[in-house]
Amino acid sequence: MNTADNVVQMRSIFKSFNGVSVLKDVGFDVRKGEVHALAGGNGAGKSTLMKILQGVYQADAGEILIGGKQASITSIHDAKAAGIGMVFQEFSLVPSLTVAQNICLAAEPLGRGGLIDDRAAVRRATEVFAEMEVDVDPSAEVSRLGTAYWQLTEIAKALSQNAQVLIMDEPTASLARHECEALFELIDRLKRRGISIIYISHRMDEVYRLADRITILRDGQHLLTKALSDVTPEQIVEGIVGKKVEGDLSYRARNEVSHEVEPLLEVRGLNAGPRVRNVSFALRPGEILGLAGLMGSGRTELARALFGIDKLDSGQVLIRGKAVSLSSPQQAINAGVALIPEDRRAQGLVLEHSVQDNLLLPLLGQIRRGGLLDGSKAKALSTSLIKRFAVKVAHPHRPVRLLSGGNQQKVVIAKWLGTDPDILILDEPTAGVDIGTKSEILDMIRELASAGKAVIVISSEYPELLAVSDRVLVLKDGSIIRDIPRSGIADEEYLQLAVQGV
Amino acid sequence: MSKTNTIASRDTGVSRTLGTILKELDWRRYVIYIGFVVVFLFFAVLLRDQGFLSPNNLLNIFRQTATITVIAVGMTYVIACAEIDLSVGSVAGLSSVCTAMALSQWGLVPGILAGLAVGLVVGSINGALVSLLGIPSFLVTLGMLGIAVGVAQWITASAPQPILNDTFNTLFGSGNFGPIPGLVVWSAIFVAIGAVVLNRTRFGRQVLATGGNRNAADFTGINTKRIKFQVLLISGMVASVAGMLYAGRLQSGRFQWGAGDELSAIAAVILGGTSLFGGFGSIVGTLFGALLIGLINNGLILAGLDSSQQQVVRGVIIILAVALARKK
Ligand SMILES: Nc1ncnc2c1ncn2[C@@H]1O[C@H](COP(=O)(O)OP(=O)(O)OP(=O)(O)O)[C@@H](O)[C@H]1O
Ligand SMILES: [Mg+2]
Repeated sequence: MNTADNVVQMRSIFKSFNGVSVLKDVGFDVRKGEVHALAGGNGAGKSTLMKILQGVYQADAGEILIGGKQASITSIHDAKAAGIGMVFQEFSLVPSLTVAQNICLAAEPLGRGGLIDDRAAVRRATEVFAEMEVDVDPSAEVSRLGTAYWQLTEIAKALSQNAQVLIMDEPTASLARHECEALFELIDRLKRRGISIIYISHRMDEVYRLADRITILRDGQHLLTKALSDVTPEQIVEGIVGKKVEGDLSYRARNEVSHEVEPLLEVRGLNAGPRVRNVSFALRPGEILGLAGLMGSGRTELARALFGIDKLDSGQVLIRGKAVSLSSPQQAINAGVALIPEDRRAQGLVLEHSVQDNLLLPLLGQIRRGGLLDGSKAKALSTSLIKRFAVKVAHPHRPVRLLSGGNQQKVVIAKWLGTDPDILILDEPTAGVDIGTKSEILDMIRELASAGKAVIVISSEYPELLAVSDRVLVLKDGSIIRDIPRSGIADEEYLQLAVQGV
Repeated sequence: MSKTNTIASRDTGVSRTLGTILKELDWRRYVIYIGFVVVFLFFAVLLRDQGFLSPNNLLNIFRQTATITVIAVGMTYVIACAEIDLSVGSVAGLSSVCTAMALSQWGLVPGILAGLAVGLVVGSINGALVSLLGIPSFLVTLGMLGIAVGVAQWITASAPQPILNDTFNTLFGSGNFGPIPGLVVWSAIFVAIGAVVLNRTRFGRQVLATGGNRNAADFTGINTKRIKFQVLLISGMVASVAGMLYAGRLQSGRFQWGAGDELSAIAAVILGGTSLFGGFGSIVGTLFGALLIGLINNGLILAGLDSSQQQVVRGVIIILAVALARKK
């Protein structure tokens, strides 16, 4: 192996936060023009390693070589100068500026008199997009564009700063299917131009589609680096999870839910805004209902309406046969409904508050004694939730922001299951969650249904949807176009065609 | 959950030694207390001949900061909820005036009710405009600052309204409870209730959650509109009580009472460690923030600085303290 090919080399990286060791003697290297997948369970240290490469954190020990030469990267600025660009998970764009202005931010082309030459900025943006072979209007205001375009703008921004290495941390998390495909094609093109890509994702199909090599971290330690052709999928999964995982993504038929049973939830002719149109369905206790559809098909909006966040324009919701009014989340909660929202950072958590405070927020009524909150009850309840859902947390009193993505998601789920709802709506429950945890979450969903709860699952990942749903509703433009029992769905392809409305 | 046991065993057990605990101890959170002690010792040494340490002077510091403390307790809720209330100073002024006028017309109880009514009305209007119409509290309360002081000046034709009711004056600020000045008792009560409600009740948690991430709070079933309304109502009510404390101490109602207090109160809250961006609040911190400001004012006067110099030094100390307390 010729080390000169390595554009980036990280050697014996150590990092700990407040005495908790997060990276232990990790080595990592990237060759020119390769896609290098970085895999590992939640909290394994992937993001931390990349943040070190990116100058956000400094390693406690270890060295970084860029193009074979020792480099000291102490700030994002240093990293940029060394040719390392990052496509941030939380986008780093200014929404009120145009695409071109964002791309040239902090490196604006100056015209006569030292004033910014906006036309030159647009030209430069156009050039970068032409190089990427994508079609984005450089003069559009970023806030008007969808997430896919945000991401393209992010990538263009990094490329315009001459990035040789691009770090992508779960880039497809918020993309629709066809957008993912477009991103993959872009990655292929970038690769051909000799740009190296570090690709972090929990989705194995993506890793297979893209990566040349894979590095697996486990609990902060380097486990293996191999060419993808040299490892089997089972080895990868086992490496990430630390044990064999049985086929948890396969559907196990559960007891048929009898149609005699009174529905727990019944929705009649529901209209709410432009994205929920004349929706009717019934959900029986013990049933798991999958919602499939393209992005913008109204799945999330339907969930929001059922949880009392969006106003209903018309229609009726019955719970246990009784009409209920769901005009606020409080009412929905009282009626036994819980929603695990799609965006955990924006909607699920108060990031700066502690894990314990977040867990207890919907449960404050349960930990009161004589009108005041009881510290020991609070501690007992949060400890039991942390245990029950196996949240990996060093200290429940530290901000939830410090947890890895997957553990944050577990906190959101734990927080809601603590309220013991009858009807549980999960919007993309496994986004950003590692495969081990994913099968735990899917198992949890199955168990809840077996315990007689009614569950609605929204997911853009068809294998996952097919793994748990007893019935799938396909939505398009806010209306239900198909209602298919699980037994009527042969495979993923069938569902995909149904979703496209073919 | 059948699988949880095996999964839980994957967790890394983390044992924390005393050393790491000490290292984790975030001294920045205690800057206000350290600052308070340092400034106190500094004046105690520098001004020992000017009688800084005399019991009378120390009580004076408490007395002079009482109204700011009371206002700042309400302000802590507003700021922890990621809002601001600029109208508190003029609400205090209007309340003092209304109390004085109602007292001389109808007697003690109507007087007190009139003062509280000012806070109720102004606080409700602030709260309704912010939570129902979604107008930023900065703008709403900035407008209300002008309106309240204008009304107070108008209905009194700018004349002070003397208060001759001794019961009122004794109760609200002029009198003592045993050896302790009434004003000290008042601020102690507000601090105690404020701290317990913020830290130990459901309402307090919901205020912090709303300030920390309104969206997530909404999704958790917290009625964040109501919370925003309530904190502004509380702030208005508390400011109106502060207005009555001015009235009792100075035995008159006057539209200038409380002028500029909003800035001192905000400074006290921020010095006390409450985040200007919401989500965190410390009432005890606020108390010390207010006391620190009072301490500085008192010390600088004893040191013989004129008011222009006082303002400069006070500004420098406040910036310094906030700079030290900020997170990296
Ligand atoms: N700033 C920080 N302070 C304290 N602990 C931190 C900090 N950042 C990360 N951690 C901890 O370091 C560990 C590794 O986190 P990291 O975000 O790197 O994991 P990850 O591999 O990216 O996981 P995920 O797949 O869930 O995103 C976690 O246990 C996390 O709680
Ligand atoms: Mg991560």
